[in-house]
Amino acid sequence: MLSRTADSLFWLGRYSERAGNVARGLGATLRMALLAEPADGAEREWRALMVAAGCEHGFRERHEAAAHEAAIHWLTLDPANPSGIAASVESARRNARSVRTALTVDMWEAINDTWLEFRRLDSGAIKGDRLPGFLDWVKSRTLLFNGAAADTMLRDDAWRFTQLGTILERADNTARLLDSRHGAFAPDVSADAACYAHWQAVLRSVGALRAYQHVYHARLDPRRVAELLLMRTELPRSLLSCYARVERTLQTIANANGGNPGECQRLAGALHAKLRFGRLDSILDGGLHGFLTGIIDENITLGQEIAARYLNGKNA
Amino acid sequence: MALRCATPEDAGRNVADRPAPAFDEMHADGGIRPPYLEIARFLEAGGQAALEQKRREAEVLFRRIGVTFAVYTEGGDPERLIPFDVIPRILSRMEWERLSQGLEQRVRALNAFLADVYGPQEIIKAGRIPADLVLRNEGYLPQMVGFTPPGGVYTVISGIDLVRTGPDQFYVLEDNCRTPSGVSYMLENREAMLRLFPEAFTRHRIAPVSHYPEELLETLKSIAPSSCQGEPCVVVLTPGPYNSAYYEHSFLADEMGVELVEGADLFVRDKVVYMRTTAGPRRVDVIYRRIDDEYLDPEAFRPDSALGVAGLMEAYRAGNVALANAPGAGIADDKAVYPFVPEMVRFYLKEEPILQNVPTFMCEREADREHVLANLDKLVVKLARGSGGYGMLVGPHATEEQRAEFADRIRARPGDYIAQPTLALSTVPTLCEGKVASRHVDLRPFILFGRSIRMVPGGLTRVALREGSLVVNSSQGGGTKDTWVLDDPPKPGQAQSAGPRGLAQTMDGMTQSMPPLPPLPDAANDPGRGFR
Repeated sequence: MLSRTADSLFWLGRYSERAGNVARGLGATLRMALLAEPADGAEREWRALMVAAGCEHGFRERHEAAAHEAAIHWLTLDPANPSGIAASVESARRNARSVRTALTVDMWEAINDTWLEFRRLDSGAIKGDRLPGFLDWVKSRTLLFNGAAADTMLRDDAWRFTQLGTILERADNTARLLDSRHGAFAPDVSADAACYAHWQAVLRSVGALRAYQHVYHARLDPRRVAELLLMRTELPRSLLSCYARVERTLQTIANANGGNPGECQRLAGALHAKLRFGRLDSILDGGLHGFLTGIIDENITLGQEIAARYLNGKNA
Repeated sequence: MALRCATPEDAGRNVADRPAPAFDEMHADGGIRPPYLEIARFLEAGGQAALEQKRREAEVLFRRIGVTFAVYTEGGDPERLIPFDVIPRILSRMEWERLSQGLEQRVRALNAFLADVYGPQEIIKAGRIPADLVLRNEGYLPQMVGFTPPGGVYTVISGIDLVRTGPDQFYVLEDNCRTPSGVSYMLENREAMLRLFPEAFTRHRIAPVSHYPEELLETLKSIAPSSCQGEPCVVVLTPGPYNSAYYEHSFLADEMGVELVEGADLFVRDKVVYMRTTAGPRRVDVIYRRIDDEYLDPEAFRPDSALGVAGLMEAYRAGNVALANAPGAGIADDKAVYPFVPEMVRFYLKEEPILQNVPTFMCEREADREHVLANLDKLVVKLARGSGGYGMLVGPHATEEQRAEFADRIRARPGDYIAQPTLALSTVPTLCEGKVASRHVDLRPFILFGRSIRMVPGGLTRVALREGSLVVNSSQGGGTKDTWVLDDPPKPGQAQSAGPRGLAQTMDGMTQSMPPLPPLPDAANDPGRGFR
């Protein structure tokens, strides 16, 4: 496959996933912000979400306070935010268009219809009562795209590189959302109502509140919440699940492309092993924040190594 | 500047203010011409409201598939649909057979001309075309001198623009020997019609066009360089998604099952072209390039080109890769060279041209110039050379001052200008604002030239949607129609239901054994003749 095609598919997967992730995160944060007690509680919530989405800096350059409306607009419709939903939809569609021939018609229509509908949105679509409907719509579009890919793509490199982008983005998202509330997971934290809300919000932001109950049949508990998101194989958004798939996908890609696995394969294996064989206690005792920032950094390096090996055509 | 400007493609379509009554391809002398008998009944039965409904369905269809052309210079939607008209343009098999013979002849002559001017230059030595016109032309590439492309073919894909003024009068308006576009619309228009009007298809025997991509792939494979081992690796080279014809590039690559590459996807090592893949470099044998000559290779042409591939021309000249079309093929479709094409047919093929040129006055020649200056209000004046300048004068539309200004320009630089009479392009019924009305059309058939010449019947019909307009370009309010070539000859029973006189004449015209098309009256035709 052309390196550029692989690159576009990889980023198509990432941006499509990102749009859905921002919508999920926003939904959870919206709830927290509405329930927040002190006046600055809501602002803290919005800042935390923007930090997790990696777009807090850009927001600060444009706005003084993280007011409700400004934050929502920045994360949804503002095309200037490269991590926002608008830019993600635009970038996903741009990448899809440049590899139109590598996509199935269903995938293309999922992306293209989203883009067409997004362009027709008025600024009222994210105001007041309409916001939850909008967020559900974005989420459903990402699900439709993933479903179209899973159900219609040939199981070849096009499928694998799309998957790779999707899962890598998902791992990054889970790590960042958990990290944005790492304070609620400190070993000495008291299980008060505020912390309880944070644990709930983390689970909600990755759509895993029900999943928690199905796995543990118990009250929310910081250790279990962390375990679910970090290293439970049952949860498809846990870091362990994601890196297991990344490693497997990279192995298949290497086999199909001359066999040389490259540095990216080693890194993916190391990340996978860290979660598979790591002990939850030592992670929490050593500090969740440090652990997660380490993962986020290694995830960035992994992305760069995948690009060097397969995506930028310099592997000659 | 008060002059009207247009792209070179428009030239000749901006014609008279009030053209002479145009030939109506459906109605003639009070009756329906045979190829349109069935569709006329069909339209009558369905009614205009139903047509309008189909038109809206077609638009949704095209938008969903993503058949768009990009316009980034103006505001509004950057990706537009070319308006599609649901009423087909229909040619009989006999009409098409005659056209296709003329097209094949013309393309063979154009190729012979290219092989000659980059080789022995016999036609110049014989005094049939001025040396300066060819050798000092912007389209003439010195890099191609003394080199024979794989298979000896320069114009692997050509599009010849035809206009019609009567039952048997077809004229070549323009040859496109570089990277003619529009074939994807031809194919998608047919797909849309099949979905919208399945019933109409059961009532006609319409020659299929959907095998064009296979024919194209076979043609491209057939020009693979002799150094190629095994199955040739064919790619389509595009300037990228921001090019207005990008949809077509990706469509053709997809239909042929080959890679769509951009310049940065290719590189040259030891005069061999490779593409960058996830499995490392892969050798490329044939490139269907949809980027212009000057951007093809920064080492050979424009050094600032970011679209091309450094070293591509070296690889090409070393015989390690085939390019379709050959660089330098543009000299054959130059406007100043165009008047000499009939002479090429005679010179190289020793035949009389089957397809006629639009009579063209060359202001360089004194007699022509005087005629042009005396008749500026009736003529279209265009820049002759290259494609750098777009200024043109549409005499009947221009003011007194504009014509005076142009007359001064012609006197100052006569060699820069040619002039043609305004033509009354034929019309076909077209759905406009909910009503069926006559609109002017042209036709661009596509000719593939590899080991043999291949064509799919028909081509792309473009239609000027504005009333009275002769401009069919999509950038100027033009649309497209599906073009049907009917496989079965009209039955005698059907013929009687049409207007008796008109039909008899038309039938007579078509059954003649293909005489050369009659020239327009009042024509300074064929300047190549007698040139010394």
